[in-house]
Amino acid sequence: MTAIAPHLPVLQVLVPMFAAVFTSFMRRGNSAWLMAVAASWLSLAISLALLAQVLQSAAPVSYVLGGWAVPFGIEYRVDRLNGFVLLIVNLVGSMIIPFAGTSVRKEIDGNQQAWFYTMYLLCLTGLLGISVSGDAFNVFVFLEVSSLSTYVLIAMGRHRRALLASYQYLIIGTIGASFYVIGIGLLYLATGSLNLADIASRIGPGMTEYSRPILAALAFLSVGICLKLALFPLHVWLPNAYAYAPSAAAAFLAGTATKVAVYLLIRIYFSIYGVAFGIDVLPVYMVVLLLSLAAMLIASFSAIFEANAKRMLAYSSVAQIGYITLGIALANVSGLTGGLVHMFNHAMIKTTLFMALGAVFYRIGSVQVADMAGIGRRMPVTMAAFTVAGLGLIGIPGTAGFISKWYLVIGAIERGYWPVVALVVASSLLAVIYVGRVVESAYFREPSKTVRDATDPPALMLVPIAVLAALSVYFGLDTRLSAGLARGAAEMLLGGMR
Amino acid sequence: MSVFAELIGHYNYFITIFLMMAGLYIVIARGNMIKKLVGLSLFQTSVYLLYVTPGKIAGGTVPIIDPAYSIYSNPLPHVLILTAIVVGIATLALGLALVVRIHEAYGTIEEDEIFARDGEI
Repeated sequence: MTAIAPHLPVLQVLVPMFAAVFTSFMRRGNSAWLMAVAASWLSLAISLALLAQVLQSAAPVSYVLGGWAVPFGIEYRVDRLNGFVLLIVNLVGSMIIPFAGTSVRKEIDGNQQAWFYTMYLLCLTGLLGISVSGDAFNVFVFLEVSSLSTYVLIAMGRHRRALLASYQYLIIGTIGASFYVIGIGLLYLATGSLNLADIASRIGPGMTEYSRPILAALAFLSVGICLKLALFPLHVWLPNAYAYAPSAAAAFLAGTATKVAVYLLIRIYFSIYGVAFGIDVLPVYMVVLLLSLAAMLIASFSAIFEANAKRMLAYSSVAQIGYITLGIALANVSGLTGGLVHMFNHAMIKTTLFMALGAVFYRIGSVQVADMAGIGRRMPVTMAAFTVAGLGLIGIPGTAGFISKWYLVIGAIERGYWPVVALVVASSLLAVIYVGRVVESAYFREPSKTVRDATDPPALMLVPIAVLAALSVYFGLDTRLSAGLARGAAEMLLGGMR
Repeated sequence: MSVFAELIGHYNYFITIFLMMAGLYIVIARGNMIKKLVGLSLFQTSVYLLYVTPGKIAGGTVPIIDPAYSIYSNPLPHVLILTAIVVGIATLALGLALVVRIHEAYGTIEEDEIFARDGEI
């Protein structure tokens, strides 16, 4: 154990990557699935061990690839923030993958199942790589690894619109990634460094002569990453991508992909620009604040009028991302804690909801709200989990969603933004309506023909759904892990700033 | 320095920006999916130029440590762009593969015709 302990940051990426190589040679879906399960759970264990290391030491855990000294070589650097993000990604991955076994067998043709797991593992590699890497260009490469595999995952959906959704995401995602590269290029021209921590120490007030490219870089990075994290109004790709992707892929992406992009935005805003310039100099925070509020309200309205439950959840995701970016824009300890802890809580909640819909699709072959009439009596455990997670989405006290909204509201009050407080509450009320529509249809309608023979799905699907739903309540009552880690990360980020 | 000299001195940046805008315009303005990919590729390629251009130092040599030379060109942007080119090829290949599949599924690669067939998605 002690022999591999220093190598954990790189193993975090290598384990899923090599597993992906092996599954790409496999022809049988089941053996690829076993490989993916092993890799995901091993990856979770690694991230837990890494987090333990980070919490023990005051300094970030640093790993230099190939032994090249830090500003020159690629550095993997794990601190409280990305240790937390790695945990989120791995927790979602390890819960999705048992569920995926049954779901994928039903939704994807036999000869493509092994490819599904290859793409899942590559996507996991990319997301973990973005989180763990401390090198700006290395982050871009992992960004594209995760994006390209995501396009394939979406295109594997059964409906032909999945191809169109994938194509649209490919165009927008590539523009976003290119904007990120342009931003990094401008920063590199101004500082001569690609190491994120090193860039931060080099773009100080001493470099006023380059202030224009550095600010242009901030604009490019903001737009590029916001395309990836689907900040309103750059979210148009997301509803179709989530709605037409295979159930397991949609659940995985909803839980992880946008969270990792948010992490990248936090890293750029706080660890680079915040450290170099201080927070009040830059105008981006007000822009992000306004767009977050717009996302919370407008996307919630779109969700209310959506007949397809998966698309409804996708719009809800856009709204929930608004909460997370609101935490970034508030930029005080309470607000940022709220944003970070909402990354964690929303990952639990939204993954549960998407997996529950995956189970519904497995049984009745549809996720239209109208087709789900009366399904609460036929699939009691699934829909109970859906309802519990739905309450979390609304933010009922005692669920995880309440904790994040509480911190956000406190953060807004500390800033004196009373209208923001009102809008957070208003957006929660809109969530009551769209979650309520599904719950009403599921419990208070006569069972329709489609759901008459439906029963709860096999245990392999049901257990992850129930576990995640239970976790979303647990983290609403005991916040030592989730909010504790988020607070530690927020204090570290804001403490490092000028 | 006069404005004209400034323009000439930075001509490669202006070419880069022109290509970038042209590519982005094609992606936004064209409904044909292949043409969109062409525009996307142009856009990506212009980013490569943005990186490669400043790597060249006027009068610089290849980066070899030798007492006779003191000015080197920077090799790092080229290496980075080598990676970005690979990524760009993968993106373009995947995009084209998707267009082939879309053509099989819809019988057309014009966006407005596809929306007419399936409704706005």
